[in-house]
Amino acid sequence: MSGGHDLGHVAGELHDAAKRYAGEYPIRVRGLKNVFGDHAVHEGLDLDVRRGEILGVVGGSGTGKSVLMRSIIGLQRPSAGEIELFGHPLGDALVDGDIDIRSRWGVLFQGGALFSTLTVAENVEVPLKEFYPEISDELRHEIARYKVLLSGLPAEATSKYPSELSGGMKKRAGLARALALDPELLFLDEPTAGLDPIGAAAFDALIDELQETLSLTVFLITHDLDTLYEICDRVAVIADKKVIAVGTIPELLALDHPWIQEYFNGPRGRAAKDSRKRFDAVRAARAAQDAVDKSAGGGA
Amino acid sequence: MVPGSGDGDGQGATVAFSGPMVVSSLGPIDASLRAVEGPVAAVDLAAVDEIDTVGAWIVWRFSRRLGARIVNASTNAQRLIDAVHKADANREDVSAPRPPLVERVPLVVGQVTLGLLAGSVAVISFLGEIILAIGGTIRHPRRFRIKSVVHQMELVGITSLPIIGLMSFLIGIVVAQQGAVQLRQFGAEIYTVNLVGRLTLRELGVLMTAIMVAGRSGSAFAAQLGTMKLTEEVDAMRTIGVSPVEALVLPRLLAAVFMMILLGAYSSAVTIVGGAVLSSLTLGIPFFTFLSRIQEVVPTHDLWVGLAKAPVFGLIVAMSGCYQGMQVKSNAEEVGLRTTSAVVMAIFMVIVLDAFFAVFFTKIGWG
Repeated sequence: MSGGHDLGHVAGELHDAAKRYAGEYPIRVRGLKNVFGDHAVHEGLDLDVRRGEILGVVGGSGTGKSVLMRSIIGLQRPSAGEIELFGHPLGDALVDGDIDIRSRWGVLFQGGALFSTLTVAENVEVPLKEFYPEISDELRHEIARYKVLLSGLPAEATSKYPSELSGGMKKRAGLARALALDPELLFLDEPTAGLDPIGAAAFDALIDELQETLSLTVFLITHDLDTLYEICDRVAVIADKKVIAVGTIPELLALDHPWIQEYFNGPRGRAAKDSRKRFDAVRAARAAQDAVDKSAGGGA
Repeated sequence: MVPGSGDGDGQGATVAFSGPMVVSSLGPIDASLRAVEGPVAAVDLAAVDEIDTVGAWIVWRFSRRLGARIVNASTNAQRLIDAVHKADANREDVSAPRPPLVERVPLVVGQVTLGLLAGSVAVISFLGEIILAIGGTIRHPRRFRIKSVVHQMELVGITSLPIIGLMSFLIGIVVAQQGAVQLRQFGAEIYTVNLVGRLTLRELGVLMTAIMVAGRSGSAFAAQLGTMKLTEEVDAMRTIGVSPVEALVLPRLLAAVFMMILLGAYSSAVTIVGGAVLSSLTLGIPFFTFLSRIQEVVPTHDLWVGLAKAPVFGLIVAMSGCYQGMQVKSNAEEVGLRTTSAVVMAIFMVIVLDAFFAVFFTKIGWG
C-alpha cells in the first residue's frame, strides 16, 4: 500500500445491508389453523421462537410438525391464523423485496432436497447466484467450497452429484446450501433421522457449533431425544392440534401431561438424559482444546 | 465495507476495513482486493460493525495471501475467522483438471461407443427378462396381474378415446378434402371413397394411433417407471420377491398390445366417418352411400393388414417406454431424457417397421 493505492473509491455503492433482526421473536405464530379436507391438523396453534435459540419441536407422528414448518416458510397456506417473521406478517414478507425474507432463512428438508442435476458445490451456489449475482464466479466458488467444508463434508464431496452421496452426506450438503447466505433463521426438518449414532452426534455438535458461531436462530423438528437433550435450548411440544408446552426439558418434565411424561421418561428418554452429561463433557473438552490452540497460535 | 490504507510500522501498510462486511455488500469489492499487492503488515477490523462468514472469508484470504496480521477483530469476527480458517485447513484442489481437446475427443467417442454397446446388451437382456417373465407367468398363472392389466387398459385405451377420435375424424376430413381436390382434375371424385377407405384401413388409422399412443402412453410408462426407479420402489419390489418385469412391464405390454388393436380399428372407423361427413357436405356423396361404397371398394385384406400391424406397434411403443423407464438410474433430469428417447425411439421404429410391412404385404399379394 505504500505505493499509494487508495481503495476508498472501489467500495462502490454500498448496500445498506438490512440490519440483522434485533427484536425478540423472529418467528411468531398466532392462532394457526391448518385443515386438510375435513381433518384439522392445527387449530389455534401459538408459538414464539426467541432470537438466538435452538427450538426443538416434538410431537407424535402425524401431529403436523412438518406442516407447521411448511406454514412458517410459506409453502403451506394456513386456513387461518397469523405468522410473523422478523416482525413482518408472512404474507408481506414473502412478496416484499425489501424484507428479502428468502435470503434471511435457510431450510434443510428431510431428505436434503438437493438439486439432483447439480454438484454439491453448485447446489450451494444456487442461492448465492440468485440473490447476489454481482459476486464474481471465483469468490462464489470459494464461498461454496468453505460452506461445504464448514458443514463437515470432505473437500472431494464438492464436485460430487447428490446420487453419489450417502444419506448423511446429503444432509450435510443440504445444510451447506441452507447456510449459503449466512441466514439468521435456520429450519431443520429431522436433521439426524436416518443417521448412525456417531453421525447423528457429530451433526448435533455441528449444528450447535454453527448456531453459536453464526448466532443463528434454529427451528428444529426432531424425534431424536439425544438431539433434544444435547443442543436444544427450549422444546415445543405439539399435541392436540396445538403447542401444548414450550420450555426447557426440566420445565417440561415438571408438567403433568401424560404424553410429555411418556416421551421424556420412557426408556429412550432416560438414556438420552445420561448422554447429555457425556455431551457436556465433550463440549467442555472442545472449549479447552480451542483455548489451547488459540494460545499456541499466538494470535497469528 | 470501505477498506482504507494507512502507514504501518515500516514493513508494510495497514489495511483498515470499515462498515458492514456481509455477503450483500462484498460483491463489488472482491476483485479490487484480489488486485492488491503487498506489502501489507496488518488488517485492521476495528471499524467493522457487522460481519458474516463471507466477510470473514475475505478478510482471512486477504491476510493469508499477503501474510498480514489481523488486528482489532471483535470476538464475533474472530470466531468466524477461526471457523472459516478451520474449514480451509484442508486445501487440496478437488476438481479434476480438464484434459486437452486431443484427449477429450477420443474420450467422448469411446464413451459413446461403449454406451451404444452397453445399450444393445441392455436391450437384449430386457427382452430376455420379458420372455422369462412371460414364462414365469405361464407356469404360475396366479401371479398374473389381471387387475393391473385392466387398469393399464383403461389408461392406454379408454381415456385416449376422445383425443384419438378427434384426431381421426379430422384426418378423415383432410384426406377426403385433399383427395377430392386432386381427383376432381380427372373427374374422378367418386374415387375419394377408395382413397379414404384403403388409405385409412391399411396405413393411416393404425399409424396415427401408434404415434398418439407413443406420445400419451409410451411417455407415461417411461416417466412412471423412471420415477419408481429413482424412489427405489422397483428395488423394494425386488426385495419383497415381486419381479418388477412381471408386475410393472408385462401388464403395460399386454394393455398396449390389446388396446392398439382396438384403438386402431376405432381410429379407422372414425376416420372413414370423417371422410363420409365431408363427402356428404361438399362432394354430394350421401353419407350412407359413402359407407356402402367403402364395403364394395375396400378389400377385406386391407383391414387385416391394418390390424396385423396394430399389436406389433403397440408392443414397440410399450417396450420402448418400459425399457427407457427401467434404465433410469441417477436423477430427475434422466427421467426427462429417457422419456424423450422412449417416444422418439417408439415413433421412429413404428415408422420404419411400417415401411417394411408395406413392402411385405404388397409382395404377398395383398396390395
